Amino acid sequence: MKSLSEIETTSKRATRAAGFSWGVAEEVGKSIRLMELFGLAGIKNLNEYYKSRSSKKFENLNLINENNNADRFPFCPIMLGVSFLDQIRNFEKFNKITFNKISYPLLILPFLSRSSEIIGKKIYLKFDQYEFLLNLNVNISSNLFNQEYPIITNITEISILENEDNFSDQDWKSLYKLSEETFVEETDSLKQGAAGAGLTDND
Amino acid sequence: MEVKLRDPNIIMKLSRLGSFHQSKLSFLRSFLDEFKDWEYKKDLFDLDVNGHGTAIYSFKKKDRVYSLICFANKISDEERSDRVIATKWDAAFTLHDGVPAKQDIERLRNEVPKQEVGRLSYKELTLSRANKSLRVFNHVVESLSKGNQPDLELLKKVGYLYRTTAVYGSGKFGLADRFRIKNREEINGPFRLEMMLVYLVRQFTFDQVNHVAKFKNPMTAVNLDLEICKKLGIGNSTGLGMAPFIVNHPTLLNNWIMSREIALKKIREIKKVNTRDVELFKQSVKNSIKNITSWNTESEYQQKKITSLLENVQKFLRFMDKKFSFEANYPFNQIYLWLEKETCDECIEYIVSIMMEPFDDIVKPLIGEMSSEEDQYFNIPTNRTIEDLRNIIEKRYPDILKINFNKKENYKNFWFISKNKEEPRYADRFKEDGSELEQPLAIARDIKKLHNKLKIFRDSITIDKFLIENSDLRHVVRRAFIIEKFPYAEIQDNTIGEKVVPIDMLRLKLSFFGALKFDPRSDKWLRICMFQGAPLPQELKNFDQQWVYNS
Repeated sequence: MKSLSEIETTSKRATRAAGFSWGVAEEVGKSIRLMELFGLAGIKNLNEYYKSRSSKKFENLNLINENNNADRFPFCPIMLGVSFLDQIRNFEKFNKITFNKISYPLLILPFLSRSSEIIGKKIYLKFDQYEFLLNLNVNISSNLFNQEYPIITNITEISILENEDNFSDQDWKSLYKLSEETFVEETDSLKQGAAGAGLTDND
Repeated sequence: MEVKLRDPNIIMKLSRLGSFHQSKLSFLRSFLDEFKDWEYKKDLFDLDVNGHGTAIYSFKKKDRVYSLICFANKISDEERSDRVIATKWDAAFTLHDGVPAKQDIERLRNEVPKQEVGRLSYKELTLSRANKSLRVFNHVVESLSKGNQPDLELLKKVGYLYRTTAVYGSGKFGLADRFRIKNREEINGPFRLEMMLVYLVRQFTFDQVNHVAKFKNPMTAVNLDLEICKKLGIGNSTGLGMAPFIVNHPTLLNNWIMSREIALKKIREIKKVNTRDVELFKQSVKNSIKNITSWNTESEYQQKKITSLLENVQKFLRFMDKKFSFEANYPFNQIYLWLEKETCDECIEYIVSIMMEPFDDIVKPLIGEMSSEEDQYFNIPTNRTIEDLRNIIEKRYPDILKINFNKKENYKNFWFISKNKEEPRYADRFKEDGSELEQPLAIARDIKKLHNKLKIFRDSITIDKFLIENSDLRHVVRRAFIIEKFPYAEIQDNTIGEKVVPIDMLRLKLSFFGALKFDPRSDKWLRICMFQGAPLPQELKNFDQQWVYNS
């Protein structure tokens, strides 16, 4: 079994060898480490993407907008991921960000996961039949794991989710009521000794 | 009185960092302190008459066990090499997490002797190998087998029976990643398990030499005297592999240096020092003289430093005895100011280290601050502005911005990873091929380049916009924002210049390990000794904390 340290170092060096800057290579090293930690096929996808770069062309998306269309070649997932990470604070105003044609789309996941932590909001990603929920870089949920993910996807949608409860008010109230059974009713004399008692609050 | 922390622009110069010495903060000393009440055991000692075979040593406390597994092998003299390119060693070691099962030992017997080309598992924590100092080992065997103790002069000159040539940890070759174990209380300090490995290897070398002597002549052999054992440590040959580490781990470097600087600041701020602490300090300085006089090296560079150190420490002792009174307020502040004025860098840092000896209440809490959660500082704050970044660079890199990188002598060298052994190396870019594959370790040059580039951008532009067109500078943008929070995170020197002495970088790291007697063999590698004078495992429960000076 390879250690995460080996995975990070090798991914970083391979990224530099594939023609990216050292700073980007550092980002990729951390990101592939994260994917493998979360049980996603980081090494496999990165390796296949870098092999494909010798015979195919890709477009670097440096400035991300609400709708992003690759002109001639699919987007490079590395530069898209790095740009997304750098520009995440600009995206909260968008309801949904769409991309056509991303190569090896699974590789953008760790960048989205880290972005989710930066803004403190969950991020939802959908391409083809695959859905992912990136949860503040604590975990990545998916409706499909251990799949052969596509090497190119036509439409990718990303939404930044507002911080909302995952449960109904009714569920909460019911559970809260149960939790109240651990409380003790205070007597009047105890209430008089509690913090702030006996003082005017208008001083 | 408040004393300011020392200026990073002075302390983080390579010449100053290359003058650092071990102290109470050093990892091997804090390791001994942490594990002093653990149960030590020799669990297995299965060696043949020539000392080849398997041995296991352990430290245990409650449910936690760390086991050193040693494999001693036969190699021919021609195969013995301290170079990292070697493929065979006299002994190979791994520190196993827990009690190894038979299957573990068999698995490790196949893998550990192969070192870099073997595969370890998440159950192993550190990995190392070592070679005998043949002349010392053979001499000791010969003497003991005849019933005599060895020649102390020879032992004093060398200082060890074995030299390690690498100690690996943190996920290398399949070893456990640090994140798996970082929350264990007993390893809340850098390199603690690497120190454990070296310490237990030291004990193995004593047991092995006794064993071989006994089988050589069972009728007359005696064991190596325990007092002599104590005077022996473990040697180490260290090359450039260590140097990039301190560039690649800026927050960790900061935390090491910051702990030292905080300790010094707090000691200088003590108004009145009690007699017991004064005596401990004075005695430690006096006793330490023999560490200087027994410091052997053929390196002219180091000999000059040792000569100057000895003269300066003696000068300091005269000053302390005849002209200085510890009755004065803030005595250590006065001493420090005198040292700055009257002595060399090597002596200043030597005495600063010894100043810590009496003050466990200051030093011990700092030991827990010397690790780092590096990932927390990895993301670039891309919402910050060009103005912010420029201000950080101008504040944190004042001397580096003065370097002219158009001059050849200032970018003469480059760092690269050797294809043969995947180890960092250093070469002249005008003489050697490969500078196009340079590692991102020329921080001074790249920071200067970044600073120049920032000049053409408006102050209010945010970093995310800057990075769109300047991906090549991303690594130093990240560093600058780290350095903003961690003032001692950066070497304030040009690491690719003509005048750089790479062993200064090694010396810095090794001083934090607790190494003694730096012996440069060139400007790119050196030998050191670890644990020389340290208590033996059976003495750990109650040992002299100043053993470095008193043994």
